[in-house]
Amino acid sequence: MSFNPKHILGIKNLTADEINFILDTADSFKEINTRQIKKVPTLRGKTIVNLFFEASTRTRTSFEIAGKRLSADTVNISASSSSVVKGETLEDTAQNIEAMHPDIIVMRHSASGACDYLAERLNCSIVNAGDGTHEHPSQALLDAFTIRQHKGDIKGLTVTIAGDVAHSRVVRSNIHCLNKLGANVRITGPKTMLPPGLEKLGCEVFSNLNDAITGADCIMMLRIQHERQGKTLIPSLREYSRFFGLNDENLKLAKKDAIVLHPGPINRGVELSSSVADGKQNVILDQVENGVAVRMALLYLVAGGEKLQDE
Amino acid sequence: MKTLIKNGRVIDPANKIDSVCDVLIDSGVITEVGVNITANADETIDATGLLITPGLIDLHTHLRDPGQEYKEDIISGTRAAAAGGVTSLTCMPNTTPVNDCLAITKYIISRAKEEGSANVFPIASISKGMKGEILSEMGELKAGGCVGFSDDGVPVVSGELMRRAFEYADTFDMPILTHAEDLTLVAGGSMNDGPVATELGLKGIPWVAEDAATSREIMLAEFTGGRLHVCHVSTKGSVDLVRQGKARGVRVTCEATPHHFTLTDEAVRGYNTNAKMNPPLRSQEDVDAVRAGLADGTIDAIATDHAPHHYDEKNVEFAVAMNGIVGLESMLPLSLNLVEEGVITLNQAISLLTSQPAQIIGIDRGTLGVGAIADIALIDPALEWEFKAENLQSKSKNTPFSGWKMKGAAVKTILAGKTVYSR
Ligand SMILES: [Zn+2]
Repeated sequence: MSFNPKHILGIKNLTADEINFILDTADSFKEINTRQIKKVPTLRGKTIVNLFFEASTRTRTSFEIAGKRLSADTVNISASSSSVVKGETLEDTAQNIEAMHPDIIVMRHSASGACDYLAERLNCSIVNAGDGTHEHPSQALLDAFTIRQHKGDIKGLTVTIAGDVAHSRVVRSNIHCLNKLGANVRITGPKTMLPPGLEKLGCEVFSNLNDAITGADCIMMLRIQHERQGKTLIPSLREYSRFFGLNDENLKLAKKDAIVLHPGPINRGVELSSSVADGKQNVILDQVENGVAVRMALLYLVAGGEKLQDE
Repeated sequence: MKTLIKNGRVIDPANKIDSVCDVLIDSGVITEVGVNITANADETIDATGLLITPGLIDLHTHLRDPGQEYKEDIISGTRAAAAGGVTSLTCMPNTTPVNDCLAITKYIISRAKEEGSANVFPIASISKGMKGEILSEMGELKAGGCVGFSDDGVPVVSGELMRRAFEYADTFDMPILTHAEDLTLVAGGSMNDGPVATELGLKGIPWVAEDAATSREIMLAEFTGGRLHVCHVSTKGSVDLVRQGKARGVRVTCEATPHHFTLTDEAVRGYNTNAKMNPPLRSQEDVDAVRAGLADGTIDAIATDHAPHHYDEKNVEFAVAMNGIVGLESMLPLSLNLVEEGVITLNQAISLLTSQPAQIIGIDRGTLGVGAIADIALIDPALEWEFKAENLQSKSKNTPFSGWKMKGAAVKTILAGKTVYSR
């Protein structure tokens, strides 16, 4: 099959075949990242703007490296240096950038729906690098890629996602992605952090972490952002870590060869005990590494996906 | 140690038993309930003419310990409980400091175990310091022995925090007990709003202050799927709201106090500060509605709102007097009076005082089933006596019932097989 989407806005509208095609494409790019000379001319002459209205060192760097390794020209624009502070609207900012004819805008914004909004108004391609608490497709894809790497087929696996689902940037994309690939998705967290309707998205909801991780193949821990979520959702980080954190003890409830994922940055001693964060079941650095390959695949496919040159 | 109680009328609603028989206790546990038990007992109690019921359970006691021991403490409060036939009680968290942490919960439980005459199950606060801002560490408090959460007396104003409280408590399968009162509608009132308040020139607390809050809490329970127990309902509207909520399938229960089904705001006349409580004594229509709620099962438990205050805190102008009365030693006869008046049956009364409250807080008490811990009240339903404030076991004597002729009393209270009170 071939798959050359104009935009990558989210996982929701992708089919399982399309997701697998992206992951297969990423597979073929992965090897480039370990070469002596980590660069292929695939996107030579293409301009990619990383338009980040919200700070995100990890995602932005990953997209930037992905673009550079494909020989694209990458430009980073962050909120502090953008026109937002001068009161320019999102559409005006984007139109000004488009006037300079970039091929792809990789965009992170605090407002859910911001990427869809621009995609309707601009001619260039948009790759969503996280819009509010809506979608973060590249993260979900790199998670799926990492699970596939460790577990082979995702179909039939039990994947538990735990933590602040309501405020997570990544979880909706993950739910769509894992469901489409045939995993059994379990969700858990304090009820203050579980928005309604998760069952309708195809998840099994648990109020108890131990129940949720018993027999799981993969555990995906979400980041707690106590400072951002206000103080009404949980009493304290201390209580959170006791009842909703993953540690050596409760990790034993999962399958023996279960892997632990986290979108980063981790809070040691809160959602992950230090021993789990440093333990051999966690694949967090694999996720980061795979992120580059997955993003190379996304940029490549969005840019037209000419046959990958192998030199 | 074996104790055999013979020939009493066993009323055990949890097991649907109401018949004259014997109860055998071995090492603090009920081992047999039946007719003509023959066992070599160390002690035999003749219960002819008496009721043998599970020890009573009070969902709403203020033990005042730690911090306000001049009003009551764990020893005196549980002694008052035993004298009233009460073997288990929950204590409200508005102590000094507030019971919002494991240390205070552990203090209460261990002190009650060591020196108390009743089982004490702490209710911890919903919010830290009962300030309505940050949730208490409910998971840890449950693990430490708390059975529910309440900011009794200082209701949570923020709808957002209350929503989160329901969700968070439900994460641990725990109930929220609410003192339903919109403080902005209370607005400094000191008795029920109505003709008596107008006549006495006292600022009234309108029924809508309670109904509006009850309504919000029921809706939040419905919205979140959490579990709500409405404390001391006192208005017709509140009873109706709970009834409607139950009919819709909301996870809501409620309790009523003996004073709210016995007295009206007429009792305030003479500026009687022992008739000042929160919620206030209401109108006859409200009393009738509470009684109807008890009769039709809308109200799940009878609870005291035992609120001891020092004489000096009541011996003041009505408007500045503290709210509340002691209730542990008057709950049983006032409840039996409802049976006497034909409002509820005896079985209903015992169930409202034992098995139903036990169910609300999920404790393994309030039953005489074989294997249950032997918490038992022996009740003489025919005993006529005068209720006197000066005879109370409680440290505080703030009661409007002093001098009342009562019928029915606990003559023996047994806690885990041990007699803790004898009349
Ligand atoms: Zn109250």
